Amino acid sequence: MEDAIVLKYQVIDGEFQRAGEVSSDVKHKLKQLGVPADIVRKVAIAMYEGEVNMVIHANGGEITVEITPEQIRMILADVGPGIPDVEKAMQAGYSTASDATRNLGFGAGMGLPNMKKNTDSMDIETKLGEGTTITMVVRL
Amino acid sequence: MTLREAAKIIEAEVLVGEDKLDQEIGSICGSDMMSEVLAFTKDQSVLLTGLCNTQVLRTADMLDLICLIFIRDKKPTPEMLEMAEDDGRVVMTTHFGMFSACGKLYAAGAGAGCM
Ligand SMILES: Nc1ncnc2c1ncn2[C@@H]1O[C@H](COP(=O)(O)OP(=O)(O)OP(=O)(O)O)[C@@H](O)[C@H]1O
Ligand SMILES: [Mg+2]
Repeated sequence: MEDAIVLKYQVIDGEFQRAGEVSSDVKHKLKQLGVPADIVRKVAIAMYEGEVNMVIHANGGEITVEITPEQIRMILADVGPGIPDVEKAMQAGYSTASDATRNLGFGAGMGLPNMKKNTDSMDIETKLGEGTTITMVVRL
Repeated sequence: MTLREAAKIIEAEVLVGEDKLDQEIGSICGSDMMSEVLAFTKDQSVLLTGLCNTQVLRTADMLDLICLIFIRDKKPTPEMLEMAEDDGRVVMTTHFGMFSACGKLYAAGAGAGCM
């Protein structure tokens, strides 16, 4: 992959306050690179939803962003419990979030559908007890 | 409607961005669920919310919201206000609850931002 910029970040387990720091950093980097505003917005929304999920549903993990002239690929790999029923999880309104999480402003069951809506492709690889890797692509 | 006009209608106290109140409001969204805001917010938007944590600031950052209005006199922490200041956002707080604050703004002609 020529001309690729690769960014790697750790998402820390249990740090709800800091959830979104990675997405914020990526958003500002994309802006600096001159990526069009509508693309930046899509990437920011999709990545932020994914990053928050890694903190509230999984146990943190790693985010990799690959930027090429053609596309932006985000790989969100967590070491959480995995998703038992992906089809169900993808439904708008489906959430297993606790009341405590809901009180923090998350748990509407909108995150995964938002991620799908804002990306050109989204692939979920998940294994119970091991973790989940979500790969999303936004074309430029 | 400008932010200054909105602040007057809901008797809001401006905590950050006193110099940015002449911005025109595109639409207004009222919600405590951030994913809902992320799904339905349009441009030049203002968010009214009863949620008062750093994720509101993050959400505002992702969507380039121009202003956050906290209801029921909720006051963000100095750290949150600093984040808003750095990002060039306006922050207000109103003593009204969600229903009244939204109702007053809607009646005054503000556009709906969510759904
Ligand atoms: N990384 C993950 N690891 C394990 N489970 C997950 C993960 N991401 C999502 N889920 C499961 O899928 C459900 C739906 O996720 P989604 O992001 O759509 O909604 P939510 O996080 O519950 O609420 P919202 O995103 O609206 O705040 C979650 O409630 C959770 O059960
Ligand atoms: Mg979610």
